[in-house]
Amino acid sequence: MTGWIAFGVLSAVLVTSALAVVTGKDLVRSVLYLAITLITTAVVYAGLEADFLAAVQVLLYTGGIITLMLFAVMLTQRLSGARIEHRSDGFARAGGAALGVLFLLGAGIFQRWSQPETVIEMTADSQALGALFLTDLMLPFELLSILLLAAMVGAIALARRKDP
Amino acid sequence: MSPALLAAGTVPLHGPGLSAWMLLAAVLFCIGLYGVLSRRNLLGILLSVELMANAVNINLVSYARFSGDLTTQAFTLFSVALTVAEVVVGLAIVILVYRRFKGVEADNVDLLKG
Repeated sequence: MTGWIAFGVLSAVLVTSALAVVTGKDLVRSVLYLAITLITTAVVYAGLEADFLAAVQVLLYTGGIITLMLFAVMLTQRLSGARIEHRSDGFARAGGAALGVLFLLGAGIFQRWSQPETVIEMTADSQALGALFLTDLMLPFELLSILLLAAMVGAIALARRKDP
Repeated sequence: MSPALLAAGTVPLHGPGLSAWMLLAAVLFCIGLYGVLSRRNLLGILLSVELMANAVNINLVSYARFSGDLTTQAFTLFSVALTVAEVVVGLAIVILVYRRFKGVEADNVDLLKG
């Protein structure tokens, strides 16, 4: 029962803040609501026995991405002092498409809803996760570092002011 | 379900199961989809893409929990790193668009229009 209460509270916070991200008028506020969504997601991860992922979520998303986003907002709006607004349109089309996808996903999920659920005994094990990365998943892990390097070089090359 | 019918290592569940988490992730994904389609500001679109990626990660982590397989968690970590790379390049493109078009409205970016 406590599990359902925690689930209800977490989903309420997640859905409310996500809706605030996509419907808000103020861009800076949207970014801050996204921070709430991402931190709540870290709580969800901790509840699902993924402690390391929860830490990564807080460090990378809220520490890295939100800061970057705020930087980009400030850079592109030149700190005009006025409220930074971003408008949306095509509510009907966008809402229709989103509801359609939700209906399809929901239909699939409700098919398995009535099946009895079991859960496997599991405790958060960051040590085993680390061992996995250095044994079975060695190659993808190293490829990932190349990808991150490429993304970094690409971002610098794109955003650099071209000198004559 | 009586304990005798359960596979080794599994226990009956009292609380939200995989379906509930999947439904939550689906709702978050669709909110993100709505944002991508309705926002006109490139940064707003990027924020909504973040929401969608986050929903996918919640889905993956709940699968990891209910299958008891750590590899799925490792997969989520890859997905997180890919998202970070995507955001970095995306923001660089946003800054480039701002410099070229003096604004970040997606409708103004029409260089490839014939």
